[in-house]
Amino acid sequence: MTQILGRLRRSTAPVIAGVVIVVGWELALLILNPGGFVLPPPSDIIGAVFENWSEVFDAARNTGFIIVTGLVVGVLVGVAAALLVTRFRLANEVITPLAVSLNAVPIIALAPIFNAWFGLLSPRSNQAIVVVLVFFPIFINTAKGLTQVEPSQIELMESYAAGKWTITREVRIPNAMPFFFTALKLSTSLAVIAAIVAEYFGGRQDALGPLITQSAGLTRYADAWAAVLAGTVIGGMLYVLTGALERVAMPWHTSMRADQQSN
Amino acid sequence: MSAHAVAVKAASKVFNQGKSNEVHALDEIDLTVEDGEFITLIGPSGCGKSTLLRLIAALTEPTGGEVEVKGKSAEQARLDQDYGMAFQRAGLFDWRTVSKNIELPLELMGWSRGDRVRRAGEMLELVKLPEFGGHHPSELSGGMQQRVAIARSLAFSPSLLLMDEPFGALDEMTREHMQDELLRIWSETHTTVVFVTHSIPEAAYLSSRVVVMSPRPGRIATIVDVDLGDRSDDTREDPAFFEKVTEVREALRAVESA
Repeated sequence: MTQILGRLRRSTAPVIAGVVIVVGWELALLILNPGGFVLPPPSDIIGAVFENWSEVFDAARNTGFIIVTGLVVGVLVGVAAALLVTRFRLANEVITPLAVSLNAVPIIALAPIFNAWFGLLSPRSNQAIVVVLVFFPIFINTAKGLTQVEPSQIELMESYAAGKWTITREVRIPNAMPFFFTALKLSTSLAVIAAIVAEYFGGRQDALGPLITQSAGLTRYADAWAAVLAGTVIGGMLYVLTGALERVAMPWHTSMRADQQSN
Repeated sequence: MSAHAVAVKAASKVFNQGKSNEVHALDEIDLTVEDGEFITLIGPSGCGKSTLLRLIAALTEPTGGEVEVKGKSAEQARLDQDYGMAFQRAGLFDWRTVSKNIELPLELMGWSRGDRVRRAGEMLELVKLPEFGGHHPSELSGGMQQRVAIARSLAFSPSLLLMDEPFGALDEMTREHMQDELLRIWSETHTTVVFVTHSIPEAAYLSSRVVVMSPRPGRIATIVDVDLGDRSDDTREDPAFFEKVTEVREALRAVESA
């Protein structure tokens, strides 16, 4: 019983806080009345979503596709690079300095250049930005998790005459899981930002980025906010999905078990 | 088989050989361990006792001399999984339940699932934790985790058990309890044990022979034979036990002041 109450409390508290913020926002604008161009009230934003439903939905779907595909490719490349680097010394000497210098590049600034490579209206350039941006945190954190293993655990496996691949499978990969999921949560929000900002510079025109710039240009701020809201919903969905994946992938993880016990 | 359980012949270990930070961890060590013996290695830090254990386990190679286990090279014995090992940190895998941790070496050896489960159950009985098989290691106390680690090292019935300060992180009461458990398991399973410790009473209580080592370079200073018969709580208060503790202590003092 206390468990159910605790779970209910944890899930309702943020919902109530959200409702309070939205209602406060609406009321504050009613009282202060600064004009719709500064900040439209939530009711206008919701109204704009329904009014332009098909436009907002298509834009969200197109941007969502770029985010998800870019995220998947970036994660796969990042994990593959981390596995290579921790398995082969040569790969480490080649890839790690490259990845670190790549991280120093302001990736988002490359968007106009990528447009020149892939074509101004091609979504490929936006996907490429997401891939490159997601790669680094995934790569670095996963590599850290694969290498930061308690030495006696490796010695134990060696005492069982286990080979390198067995040690990777049985020890290094499970050890890297919490590191990987921390990076994945970070990457989902990075991917949303990267996709929308990249779209400001080119790619498909029926996407969230152009919808924001064009609406703002026409002083249709509620429409611009509606597009931002759509991006927020995508980010939120990805975060929840990542959390669900995490629970499935590592049911043993202490933070989660501690969570359950405290109920 | 007439071969010794362990035969270390003039084994040396030099770290960073030829460099300015060269360390002679072990210098021409000779040591034989007979089947069924309980040997402890004791000495000040830097005497190479853990290195000697790792040479026997073939987790590191000697730079000179040779190490035989069960009449074959230590490396071959490692590949044949002739020994079980336990470390100071229990080193259980958080992502496996207690049972699955004990089953790990059996999995790697290709045991069938049914046999693995049965053996894990038996081992949990042996270390008196039968109801904890489904728990994750982080739900267990330090002493319980260490018992699981010992169960894991014994799961495939190795005839040689190598232990590197396995009770070092435990409080005194738990430690004494674990020592009695280990002696009970040792007498039940007829395993040969090589045990590294820095506790004098622990060495005297557990062993049939205490190997006292001296540092820089690591050498065997002296070997103290201990014959206290079957151990019990009374042994810990027995004058004969204190005599052995004193003997080991004096051997260590001689080493320190040398």
